[in-house]
Amino acid sequence: MDFNDTPEEAAFRKEVRAWLDANATRKSDDKRSFRARNDDPNLLKKAKEWQAKKAAAGYARMTWPKEFGGRGASPILQVIYQQEEANYLVPLGFFDIGLGMCIPTMMAYAGPEHLKRYVKPALHGEEIWCQLFSEPAAGSDVAGIRTRAERDGDGWVINGQKVWTSGAHYSDYGIIITRTDPAVPKHQGLTMFFLSMKTPGVEVRPIKQMSGGANFNEVFFTDVRLPDSQRLGKVGEGWKAALTTLMNERLAVGLPSGGLDVDELMELARDTDLEDGPAIKNQQVRGKIADWYVQQQGLKLTRYRTLTALSKGQTPGPESSIIKIVAAPKMQDMGAFAMELMGPAGIMKEEVPHAAGFQAQWIGGAGFRIAGGTDEILRNIVAERVLGLPADVRVDKDVPFNKLGKS
Amino acid sequence: MNFDFSDDQKLLKEQVRKFLADKCPTKVVRRVLDGNEAFADEVWKGLVELGVPATGIPEAYGGLGLSPLELCVIAEEIGRAAAPVPFDSSVILATEAVKLAGSEAQKKKWLSELAEGKAIGTLAITEGSQPPRPRNIRTTFGGGKLNGRKVPVIDGDAATFAIVLANTGGQGDRAVSLVLVDLAQTSVKKRRVETIDPARKHAELSFDGASAELLGAEGEGWRLLERLYDAAAIYFAFAQVGGAEAAMWMARDYALQRQAFGRAIGSYQAIKHKLADCYVKLELARSNAYYGAMMLTDGGADLPLAAAAARIAATEAYDFASKENIQTHGGIGFTWEADTQFHYRRARVMALSLGGPMAWKDKLVTRLEQKNAA
Repeated sequence: MDFNDTPEEAAFRKEVRAWLDANATRKSDDKRSFRARNDDPNLLKKAKEWQAKKAAAGYARMTWPKEFGGRGASPILQVIYQQEEANYLVPLGFFDIGLGMCIPTMMAYAGPEHLKRYVKPALHGEEIWCQLFSEPAAGSDVAGIRTRAERDGDGWVINGQKVWTSGAHYSDYGIIITRTDPAVPKHQGLTMFFLSMKTPGVEVRPIKQMSGGANFNEVFFTDVRLPDSQRLGKVGEGWKAALTTLMNERLAVGLPSGGLDVDELMELARDTDLEDGPAIKNQQVRGKIADWYVQQQGLKLTRYRTLTALSKGQTPGPESSIIKIVAAPKMQDMGAFAMELMGPAGIMKEEVPHAAGFQAQWIGGAGFRIAGGTDEILRNIVAERVLGLPADVRVDKDVPFNKLGKS
Repeated sequence: MNFDFSDDQKLLKEQVRKFLADKCPTKVVRRVLDGNEAFADEVWKGLVELGVPATGIPEAYGGLGLSPLELCVIAEEIGRAAAPVPFDSSVILATEAVKLAGSEAQKKKWLSELAEGKAIGTLAITEGSQPPRPRNIRTTFGGGKLNGRKVPVIDGDAATFAIVLANTGGQGDRAVSLVLVDLAQTSVKKRRVETIDPARKHAELSFDGASAELLGAEGEGWRLLERLYDAAAIYFAFAQVGGAEAAMWMARDYALQRQAFGRAIGSYQAIKHKLADCYVKLELARSNAYYGAMMLTDGGADLPLAAAAARIAATEAYDFASKENIQTHGGIGFTWEADTQFHYRRARVMALSLGGPMAWKDKLVTRLEQKNAA
């Protein structure tokens, strides 16, 4: 066992480092020195420039086929690029949904002309894509969406509302799942389209989150007209297309990086005076530190197991499905515990070292436990796909959508 | 990145798994649990034939000279079967102790006998109700003679020799030494003691001037024991991972089959989420155990930290899976006839035998502090 690169991987890592050194600034030791803020307009501009550079050098989506600007490379090389890129001060995150989910769905369902038109600008950061799935009445149960698409001559008219759309406020295009037939059971009456976010009738309103950030949006559709050529997949087969997207989501939603972890918690415990001395000497505190260290290590090492499979050209096992189940509550709980160590001043946003960082974890953790699959849905997925337990009873499975009780 | 076992090691694992599935089904565990035999003799003999006790012993001493990784995959299978054999006592604790601290002569004699299965060793540390510390060890060794009492000693009545922690008169942590004693002496008395897990027999060993010899230098007992426990924690972690996985699948199989309120109980989220949590803890434990195995093989600087993390994660995974296995079974799971009890009992024995999670969490943070200071 070892964590070493194969000769091919090592050579590639060297190449990547040289390229990054020539084109970006290496992070200083302070890993908290740079935090992407999606609402900074200059950051978006910089992110687009960086994406263009990266795409031109062939690092943006290495696993894609050559015809789409990729290298047809093994996923492990893409991971190595990302590992190295994480050590540099570069703005990231704007293109993950588009390139990780929307464009792969386009590749599966769009015609050659559309692909020719849309893939390259997305890859090079010229156009950003978003995913219009969740609705006020359809979160974990995405197939319960109500946004309607109705035939109108050769085209379609869309009316309804989406919510929790990441990055809709800076996106140029989106893929949208709609209900085209309410008279059949919910999974059967769905159809997917793509559209320009500038289409008349599309209105984006940012959602201010509990954390104060505004990365998500509500998107309203009022008589939005689309040609039939923007349909993805067959009419009534939108659920199949959505599964393609969501399968890619599981790969795309990663861990929030650069947050505080056990090292900082120990630092805090060393500097905190409890009744019986420094908090780091307190057995309860030590027990918590040990538990979180075991989880932190466990997640890192679980990822290494997945990377091992990729490096060997094998399909990874289901072990990575545990990552968000562990990471999200850990983030929330560790943040809360660190604040407790600070005493009553743990509520203040100033003065106390690390307070802001741990508070951000405590409050962000509440959202992270929901985003991209709730704790509960993820447990269902493990139970069903890994352990082979039966799917939940679905009382609405065979009932026409328009006969379901409204909530 | 090569954070996995080799194909050969996986093949070995499969071989041991098949052997145990065939020769050590749960009815064998039950036989030992209900009966008087010290361990499942026919299973042990088969494991000896397969070369299991010889696995980690160097070829120079009659062993197979394989790496810790081979022993790790075997441990996982022993744990999965909850096999009632002197694996943890003899193959792990006694063998590793002799490898770690034995003189050339001691290694020659005991390792070759261990490899052949002629000798069964055990480790005798605890003396009744207090968790062992250098200051509370009353057993003494001096002038070649051992006096005192050790209890509980795993496989104490079946073992042919024991490695005993004894006071040798030094100060502080240097008060104790490891001592090797042949148990075939009239000055050694063995008495079986009742424990929570009758499938793994334990005994009291009393020494009344028994002839013995130092294993390792005098006064080094506590330090050697810490090192021994680090290695053992990693092998135990694999056994615990195997046991946790077995308990998880036992619960899952029952949840598929048992009907309540008109459907399989495994279709209810209360059960699904519980079993998903078993899986989460299992994979955290497995990943930490792998790192322990890697450090053990390379003698990496992270060994003490990796051992503590593996120990904590595996203990948690096995405790959780074994208790929720009973819970998933409901009332039938609490009967003597149910197989659920084997893992519940074994999980607790394994959790306590090298010191419990509280002690290991404390050790882990101490080691983290040392690492951060370095």
